[in-house]
Amino acid sequence: MLSKRVIPCLDVRNGRLTKGIKFKGNVDIGDPVETARIYYEQGADEIVFYDITASAEGRGIMLEVVERVASEIFIPFSVGGGISTVEDMRAVLMAGAEKISVNSAAVKNPDCISQGALAFGSQCIVVGMDVKKVPVSEDIPSGYEIVIHGGRKAMGMDALEWAKTVEALGAGEICLNSIDADGAKTGYELTLTRLIAENVGIPVIASGGAGNPDHMVDAIVEGKASAALIASIVHYGEYTIPQIKDHMTSKGVRVRKVW
Amino acid sequence: MLAILKYKAGNQTSVRRALDSLGIPCKITADPIEIRNAQGLIFPGVGAAGQAMDELTATGLDVVLTELVQSGKPLLGICVGCQIMLDYSPENDTQALGIVPGECAMFNHSLTDENDDPIRVPHMGWNSIRPVKESALLKGLDPASEFYFVHSYYPVPRPEFIIAETTYGVKFCSVHGSEGLWAVQFHPEKSGRPGLALLKNFHDYCREAAHAQ
Repeated sequence: MLSKRVIPCLDVRNGRLTKGIKFKGNVDIGDPVETARIYYEQGADEIVFYDITASAEGRGIMLEVVERVASEIFIPFSVGGGISTVEDMRAVLMAGAEKISVNSAAVKNPDCISQGALAFGSQCIVVGMDVKKVPVSEDIPSGYEIVIHGGRKAMGMDALEWAKTVEALGAGEICLNSIDADGAKTGYELTLTRLIAENVGIPVIASGGAGNPDHMVDAIVEGKASAALIASIVHYGEYTIPQIKDHMTSKGVRVRKVW
Repeated sequence: MLAILKYKAGNQTSVRRALDSLGIPCKITADPIEIRNAQGLIFPGVGAAGQAMDELTATGLDVVLTELVQSGKPLLGICVGCQIMLDYSPENDTQALGIVPGECAMFNHSLTDENDDPIRVPHMGWNSIRPVKESALLKGLDPASEFYFVHSYYPVPRPEFIIAETTYGVKFCSVHGSEGLWAVQFHPEKSGRPGLALLKNFHDYCREAAHAQ
């Protein structure tokens, strides 16, 4: 049986973590490679790097980070942020990432999904979706709208329709982030997660809102997600990945226990 | 020294990094002499079976591989490499290498998982394997070990070549072959410590086989 995945997400700017991550002993670690290695040792099933660097120079630094990560951890990892062309994707994959994640670029130019899938296979292409709850309307029949630029710009696109579109274009996975739940630590947006997961045939990663391990169980059981993305609950030492996995196991969710 | 087969449909660098971390000497190469002189060959593969076979036949590496197996040199196929070691894959209607008797099949979308939910294809993520026979490749692995899979087709070798099985909607063969001629559907180079242990088992076997000669 396939295990459900626990995936820490690291935000990187100019090759450093945007927030110092506090592990035991309150040691601040700004190095994304060292942090990834710690999560690998703790049993993370995959790691997501989100590069919020805007400059071309910063992008080159990120490729060096990817190469170092690939030499030290032997689980899959993905890289997102600012990737918009097949050349960008190739550079990241050649540096050693398994997957690349496209978000705003896919909304602006959906062809980049099919071009990436054709060049590297669907399994390499994750589409990140930032979604906001809105009143049901003719344009947004599901009541969930696609937003970009961290939620600042609404696109007038229905999230459910977009999810079906990205699957048809060849996306291998959807990383579904609720802007409303993000940062609130009150749990994932389960209605949204289930709506998307039940209407596509590709895996859906729930993102945004994890505050405790029960939330992750809910995302999998109620939300039908294949994986749960986590950030602050592990970054600030509230829970370790083994604690989260033990809890998920106790609730009947199958996770990887030997690493 | 292990050779890692260099061709366009491979994830050679990931395999090399994993071997580097184990301190196992290796070289990514398409040179038939270097391949023959290595203690064993790792044959990775990503993408579609048809493209992978096209690459092999265009470069003559299909013949090199077949001769290598006949000479008794240890071989480890990974993912698409594991699939095209069989006779045939319906993916791109591909006549494959025929090193191990059998074919490939595609996961049927109508299959359901343990919760009666339809399975998602590709099979992507961590899953366990159940050995059906002893093998030096799987020696010492914790039975609860899981491995990283990404695939839509799976190998269906003749039953006597099944070494381990995995369940995803259907029970399928995830390790096949015979002693010294192995193929794994998952990616050991991306499967954490259990995957690294499997690669080390392969290297240990290759080294002993070379010394025995």
